[in-house]
Amino acid sequence: MPLKPPAAKDKKAAAGVDRRSFVALCFDPLVLAFGFMAVTSQVWVLALARFMFPNVLVEPPTAFKIGPASDYPLGGVSTKWLAARGVWIVHTDQYKGRNLIYALASVCTHLGCTPNWLEGEQKYKCPCHGSGFYVNGINFEGPAPRPLERVGLKLAADGQLEVDKSVKFQEEMGQWEDSNSFVDGSLA
Amino acid sequence: MNSLPLITSWLSLGSLEPHPNVTPSVIFGLGWLYLILFCMNVAWTWRSFHKGHHIDLPAFARGGHIPTAAIWATYSTVLMLVSLIHFSCASSPDSFWFIMPDFAKTAVDAVVADARYYFAVTTVGFVLMLLFRNWLAQPNIGWALLNLSLLFLTISLTDWDFRQIVGKPDNVPIVAMLFIVGFFTWVFFYRANENDRRSAQGRPPVEAENNEKVLTWPDLVYTEMICMIAVTALLILWGIALQAPLEEPASAVKTPNPSKAPWYFLGLQEMLVYYDPWLAGVVFPSVILGGMMAIPYIDFNKLGNGYYTFNDRKFAITTFMFGFMPLWIGMIVLGTFLRGPNWNVFGIYEFWDVHKLEALNNVNLSEYFWYGLGQPLPMAPAGSEFWTQAPYILLREAPGFLAIGFYLVALPGLMAGTIFKKFFVRMGFVRYMVFSNLVLMMAALPLKMVFRWAVNLKYFIAIPEWFFNV
Repeated sequence: MPLKPPAAKDKKAAAGVDRRSFVALCFDPLVLAFGFMAVTSQVWVLALARFMFPNVLVEPPTAFKIGPASDYPLGGVSTKWLAARGVWIVHTDQYKGRNLIYALASVCTHLGCTPNWLEGEQKYKCPCHGSGFYVNGINFEGPAPRPLERVGLKLAADGQLEVDKSVKFQEEMGQWEDSNSFVDGSLA
Repeated sequence: MNSLPLITSWLSLGSLEPHPNVTPSVIFGLGWLYLILFCMNVAWTWRSFHKGHHIDLPAFARGGHIPTAAIWATYSTVLMLVSLIHFSCASSPDSFWFIMPDFAKTAVDAVVADARYYFAVTTVGFVLMLLFRNWLAQPNIGWALLNLSLLFLTISLTDWDFRQIVGKPDNVPIVAMLFIVGFFTWVFFYRANENDRRSAQGRPPVEAENNEKVLTWPDLVYTEMICMIAVTALLILWGIALQAPLEEPASAVKTPNPSKAPWYFLGLQEMLVYYDPWLAGVVFPSVILGGMMAIPYIDFNKLGNGYYTFNDRKFAITTFMFGFMPLWIGMIVLGTFLRGPNWNVFGIYEFWDVHKLEALNNVNLSEYFWYGLGQPLPMAPAGSEFWTQAPYILLREAPGFLAIGFYLVALPGLMAGTIFKKFFVRMGFVRYMVFSNLVLMMAALPLKMVFRWAVNLKYFIAIPEWFFNV
């Protein structure tokens, strides 16, 4: 039967590291190799992190003007800005009976597909898992757990409406009461 | 004078129907399919003839017996005649009569276009398959089933909408997969039945009796090489025959309708219809993978090692097959063939209408509970802080938390005392809890599907404020 190697002895040897052998250990080829590898991989991680913040961001500005409020008559969902900016401009009195214009982000709140606006059915319908939203953005069918998100909308100084996609307003958090999330519909 | 019909007949455009059910080329192609079926059945007739089996007629038919070869020969002849009909009538598609009748289309669509019936049919079919495994695993019955499914596929191809779905290059391999799954399931039962019969007679399984060792070279390596060549040839033919289904360049604001995951993820996509993304996309897939890794540690049944059997491992095989066939393959079929625009369910002969309306208003359990009591949902005063809101939200969702708590905490204990008593004794507490929770998680998908279809239940626990929905 093979004897068990005396483990206790090794521990004693490890405990007896003096200054001289520590320096020697630092120049051990294996330690050097693993040290270099560790440093290199750290540099790679840092470089990757830097890569996530490009010097130049080729994206359209998050705030843009969409013309006067009169372009958006009551009861309409405008898909004019969908392709370029990913928002629907909605003018409706179907949310708490108030006449409002607001901009809905075209991102399904279930898993992020782009729903289609179905004019005939008066609903937004997601082609990925079948979530459906009323014209005002409130979810009612399929798995989407919460309403579509509004983005900022305000009346600019020149009388045009201005969308600000850098801010989001979530209905379930009570943020749709925020006056930056809509414009009075009687302006149209 | 309207000369349009005259012109179209000169140009032999046939009917002006934009979605013709049959065209000359379709009929001609089907003729070839029936001819292939005929050849297959001639081979099978030859096999039956050499086996020499016969069927005993019942007493009222004077108790005679018919050789099975005679039945298959008759059937083959009919197939050849059908094939000839197709070849000779291909030029006049408008008056072609050997097509899927409309009443049959309506009947099939009524079943498959309703997810409740579809799931019920697949589940009942699964149970019947297990119950009648001895009868189904006979070679002649297996061959008859193959023929029935091929005939169904062939005659269904006379429908325009069916051809669009089945003939899409993406979907052709799924059709093949159905036959492959059917074949290997049949092979399993055929071999398992043989061993179960032997075990009932007290004999060792086939694998133990014929365990002559073979050599890696040449036996194994040659087999592998032949498989390699065959698969390569198949892939080349496939690459030539079916064009890659490339689409227009992707656009962030234009999602294809319907948007389908790759076929092997359609089970997950179907799961996402019923559960929140963090559950259906993260937790359940992890549980499936982790659960499969845990099976060897949970399993205490030492039987069934190294040989085909069903009777020795009834629970394990039934559970796995239920997860694989109705829940995984069934969901792939549902996702591939039945899910259409706007992720609505369509029949296999139904036109994919983007404007098909289905009433799908979904209701959360908390809404059922509080509105059922005639009360409004508990809601914190507007603009209140997180710590003021939290008790209101938890109270609102209390029915869901209780239901889930009962399901995952109390139910394992109840099952340990009743249906899983033997398992609990054999496994011990920890193993049993892991096992019962895995089984319950697996059952959670069909349960939620049934709740969704039956009472439009959306979420048991719905807290969109915290991204927590179950």
